[in-house]
Amino acid sequence: MSTAATALSERRVSLTARLPGAIGRGPVHAALLFIGAVWLVPTIGLFVTSFRDRDDIHSSGWWTALVDRRFSLDTYIHVLTSRGTTDSLAQNFLNSLIITIPSTILPVLIASLAAYAFAWISFRGRDVLFFTLVALLVVPIQMTFVPVLQLFNVVHLTGNFVGIWIAHTAYGLPFAIYLLHSSFAGLPRSLIEAARIDGSSEFRTFWRIVLPLSVPGIASLAIFQFLWVWNDLLVALIFLQSPNLQPMTVGVVNLLTTYGTEWDLLSAAAFLTMAIPLVVFFSLQRYFVSGILAGSVKG
Amino acid sequence: MHSQSSRLIPWFFVAPAAALIAVLIVYPTLWTVRLSTYGGQGFNFTRFVGLDNYVRLLTADPNFLDLSQFPPRGAMVNNVLWLVTYTPLVIAVGLIIAVLADRVRYESYIKSVIFLPMAISATAAGVIWLFVYSPNANIGLLNAVLAAILPGFQPIAWTGSVDLINPAIIVAAIWINAGFVMVILSAALKGIPAEILEAARVDGATPPQIFARIQVPLLGPTISVVAVTMIIYVIKMFDLIYVMGGQNGGPLGAARVIAFTQYVETFNSGRAGYGSAVAVIMLLIVIPIMLLNVRRFRAEAGR
Repeated sequence: MSTAATALSERRVSLTARLPGAIGRGPVHAALLFIGAVWLVPTIGLFVTSFRDRDDIHSSGWWTALVDRRFSLDTYIHVLTSRGTTDSLAQNFLNSLIITIPSTILPVLIASLAAYAFAWISFRGRDVLFFTLVALLVVPIQMTFVPVLQLFNVVHLTGNFVGIWIAHTAYGLPFAIYLLHSSFAGLPRSLIEAARIDGSSEFRTFWRIVLPLSVPGIASLAIFQFLWVWNDLLVALIFLQSPNLQPMTVGVVNLLTTYGTEWDLLSAAAFLTMAIPLVVFFSLQRYFVSGILAGSVKG
Repeated sequence: MHSQSSRLIPWFFVAPAAALIAVLIVYPTLWTVRLSTYGGQGFNFTRFVGLDNYVRLLTADPNFLDLSQFPPRGAMVNNVLWLVTYTPLVIAVGLIIAVLADRVRYESYIKSVIFLPMAISATAAGVIWLFVYSPNANIGLLNAVLAAILPGFQPIAWTGSVDLINPAIIVAAIWINAGFVMVILSAALKGIPAEILEAARVDGATPPQIFARIQVPLLGPTISVVAVTMIIYVIKMFDLIYVMGGQNGGPLGAARVIAFTQYVETFNSGRAGYGSAVAVIMLLIVIPIMLLNVRRFRAEAGR
């Protein structure tokens, strides 16, 4: 009874509070509609274009296709099945997967171990190491390219997937450890201490208690690292010169430099690059957003 | 015996990460500082040149810094242009969207739409915007819209013009990153206690007044965090310029930025010592931010 009364009075308060706002609501909707259109229409335009023939693309705007409905999958079939030219992207797509999967799993694993020690084991030099890590968060990776390439030349890691896995792992670690540290450190102290009193080893505590309880934080990190590597252009340009090893992003840039304005090829290629990030985004948006909020504290 | 093994345990956890970071980030960073004082072809660092690379970059390389004409030009000038235009604009756009979306029922949908570009690569985003800017009025949406509104309008080559390419790419970057700003500011906005806003409304404040006098000042610390993130983005930015400006960095190199120069000098022009000096300049620019972060983190850890 009293709950109903409270709900009623709350509702009345919020109604009166909203009243002055309701008058100005029209412009708000109009502004948001405009903004939403600016954000969506360019992507939709490219998407529609990717299903049109080259002649149609050059003779009429993509917006006319919404009425004509002359669509085909020819461009996609072409870029996915042609072999050995700049327009063949099936290999690039596969390479993106081969590059991205280990480059996501390795840093997440290695960073989890380190973040556990930084969060829950006190040892000499811990603070100095962690401040160094925070400092490294903003060091431009451009500072590392030439010496790392020199090193990779000596140990035969240039121009193969192992080299780029190692590079992406190292480059991802500072942020990964930073993000997981805040996630791990947020667990209740009593929990870790109880495990230690019960005689659980540090590794067991890490594996059986901290990791399972930190799944949301680890998921956010994994999504970030996955997208970061999948979307990377610069590191791939530098570490993978050979065309049959290059990922989608480099494939798209090669198309762009070879056939500047062939929008049928470019639009289909861009959408193939975007496909996996979009799936990840729509299915795991919650983790993505919470990760951004946790990671942004670093500034 | 026991205490000795337990002293090693933390290193079992930290060593893999520490080794990778030391070998692939810390040591190379120091080594690049050394390489920046050398000249030579490709990766052969044969001549010690002292600070010559820096002197040449700052005084004799019009593609990097040219103060001899007005307006000044070069990659460094472009980074400054980005900092003073892009950074405030992206924050303003993200903030406005956060505040507007907060007032409607379809908030989560509109936020997803704005946030979407964050998930895709700068490469794909660059292609999307090259498409919008295409000078062919059957392809480029922007030219098509302008032609529909303005009678006698002639299509403009937005990314083919020395004067227009920078604003054109800045707009694309705002489209990419406004979602990031929005998400963070929106969370901070919802953290403002409802009583404060309620009290202001009771006192007769209009929504614009509440926005300018209460919400924006209370968001100050969060805005500064977002600003720092965007500044770092600008200093490290490469992909979008490389995709939208091409391998020359736009017509006459008009869209070049520092990170672009680093790549081109090191890997295309075969002047790795010179390129290393550019990388060191990037590092010097981020050092104040680095110190700020460490100080802030120490303060938090000390609490």
